[in-house]
Amino acid sequence: MQMSGAQMVIEALKHEGVDTVFGYPGGAIMNVYDEIYKQDDFQHILTRHEQAAVHAAEGYAKVTGKVGVAMVTSGPGFTNAVTGIADAYMDSIPLVVISGQVPMSLIGTDAFQEIDSVGISRSCTKHNYLVTDAADLPRVLKEAFYLAATGRPGPVHVDIPKDVTAQIAEFDYSRPVEMETYKPTTKGNARQIKKAIDAIAAAKRPLLYLGGGIISANAAEEVRAFAKLTGIPAVETFMARGTMGADNPLVISMLGMHGSYAANMAMSETDLVIGLGARFDDRVTGKLSEFAKNADVIHVDIDPASISKLVNAEYPIVGDVKYVVEEMTALAQGKIDAERFAPWLETIEHFNKLHPLGYDEEPGVIKPQWVIERIGQLLGEKANISTDVGQHQMWTAQFYPFSRPRQFISSGGLGTMGFGFPAAMGVKRGDMERVSINVTGDGSILMNIQELMTSVEYKLPVINVILNNHFLGMVRQWQTLFYDKRYSETDLSMQPNWVGLVESFGGVGYNVETKEEFDAALKDAVEKNVVAMINVNVSRFENVLPMVPAGGSLFNMMLEYKDK
Amino acid sequence: MMENERRVVSVILQNEASALSRITDLFSARGYNIESLTVAPIPESKYSRLTIATSGSVRVIEQITKQLHKLIPVLRVYEHADLVEKEMAMVKFPITENLSDIETLSKAYNGKIVNVGNDMIIAMVADEPKRVSHYLEAVKRFNPKEIVRSGTVALER
Repeated sequence: MQMSGAQMVIEALKHEGVDTVFGYPGGAIMNVYDEIYKQDDFQHILTRHEQAAVHAAEGYAKVTGKVGVAMVTSGPGFTNAVTGIADAYMDSIPLVVISGQVPMSLIGTDAFQEIDSVGISRSCTKHNYLVTDAADLPRVLKEAFYLAATGRPGPVHVDIPKDVTAQIAEFDYSRPVEMETYKPTTKGNARQIKKAIDAIAAAKRPLLYLGGGIISANAAEEVRAFAKLTGIPAVETFMARGTMGADNPLVISMLGMHGSYAANMAMSETDLVIGLGARFDDRVTGKLSEFAKNADVIHVDIDPASISKLVNAEYPIVGDVKYVVEEMTALAQGKIDAERFAPWLETIEHFNKLHPLGYDEEPGVIKPQWVIERIGQLLGEKANISTDVGQHQMWTAQFYPFSRPRQFISSGGLGTMGFGFPAAMGVKRGDMERVSINVTGDGSILMNIQELMTSVEYKLPVINVILNNHFLGMVRQWQTLFYDKRYSETDLSMQPNWVGLVESFGGVGYNVETKEEFDAALKDAVEKNVVAMINVNVSRFENVLPMVPAGGSLFNMMLEYKDK
Repeated sequence: MMENERRVVSVILQNEASALSRITDLFSARGYNIESLTVAPIPESKYSRLTIATSGSVRVIEQITKQLHKLIPVLRVYEHADLVEKEMAMVKFPITENLSDIETLSKAYNGKIVNVGNDMIIAMVADEPKRVSHYLEAVKRFNPKEIVRSGTVALER
């Protein structure tokens, strides 16, 4: 069937089952937006900044497991989107980002709103395309969705010049994707899997080290079953929160820079690390030479380049963690005696009792950790929790009782301030049944505050809970510990009128000074089901603890620090 | 510290726009070193072959091959161990220099004089990279005016 390039974009999205596109129009992509105007197959959500469009698509993708779609124009439209694309790349989030480009005849002439978009996105996408002929569009868009979702997921960028969107060509979406050069390995090597099981059977203190790849692969159920069968305890990375479920007796909380004492000690004492979809990030390992020093490593990952990148794996297994863990479970039946690890679980219980995750209450002050726990008590499984980046993010990862995968949506790899609110909007769009909470800081929230308008306009109620300490808290914490309390440019004493701000956009705001006020505000915001901002004034100098200073050893944690 | 070793890596990749920059971007973004890079289409196919001479520890070389293979247009990556390796160099000399000495020297390195002009002559050699370096060292006495090296090409034995 003959159609224009712009029509092809709409048709392709329809064929891919896309129900939501987040975007912002502009000159170079107007032909596509003209076709968006004429269709009702999907909803277009107009964010107020291109970065927010991509974060919203990320939130949507993370909560639904589907490919998120964002659309922007050329030049500044695209460069604004880059932070979101890089964020998705670092966290392996499946996205297709479509950008307009100046007409082919103007490419390379420094034309108005021209930038080398594919040149810019090359280093922060799984793959990218500049489409120079409309006849290529069906193949390219089909490949883009396929690449984004398969193997190690990631963002794919498609840049389309304006004249290509006007060009008429044949549209045929029925051809299967044929990419001779791209064949991700999903099934793990059977011999390696058997060897890994033998190693587990021989180990005394094995430890499951769970990464975000488990959530991408929808493998949480398989991992829980494997842990239950074998009786092996598990630590979760920040990206894997919710994999085991907070009530699971085998989970020892999060590990790493702000991991719990028990999780970090377990990793230091284990004799066999079973890494599943985790990439041994520096925030997790601390000093590499001291990381799990006495352990062999089994590493399961769909990305061969992640295996032995930082920590040598004695048992490397390339494959989809879902299939590999299924195979491991089948082989472990009757071979691994869970009782064998009882003394190891007792040791971990001892670690737990020695330094449990906690905080000191102070009269008349709301502790930020309390706020997180309280949201967990009041909403628990009923909420999806997004965060921005900073202390509030770490407290959320530590103190929220995540019960399921895809419940925690945060910017892990890139650590993007301004991620939380737009992502929470995308989360709401993807899961209208649950409450969408964005836990944020007084620094982060202002980085994409314009999305209040989008959130109100499209009835995507997000409850923003600001843990307000009048500081860029995490930087302040580092300045306290490593810069002799020289609080260079981190004091945010100057504050907007938060309630007035959100109300001016048509939402509801609350200033909270007491625990009772917080409970009432949260209850009211949930009941009203509107865009809300709960500004909670929390204790100003609270630190995120435990803390492994950057480059330090996991077992050498700072457990207490009193700020005066 | 593991010792750095020189290695030659061949990459077969699809002929498409910006495929080469994907490779060079990967090296620069990850801080890997490129000593030389040679690229040309493979006859009667939709692929090109790149030969990259690089250096690094065993772990770095392993990462280079894995990361290269991860690029979507890359079909195959070979890390050569036992190979025949050749490089070409062309050198421009003033015509006033001793031409027979230059010709004899060039012949010793699989080369010859390939062009004679009014003021200058051009000699060409094709040999192992180390021997090409030796040749360039040896011809310094003939006051070379311009030197161009091709980068290495290699085939597994």
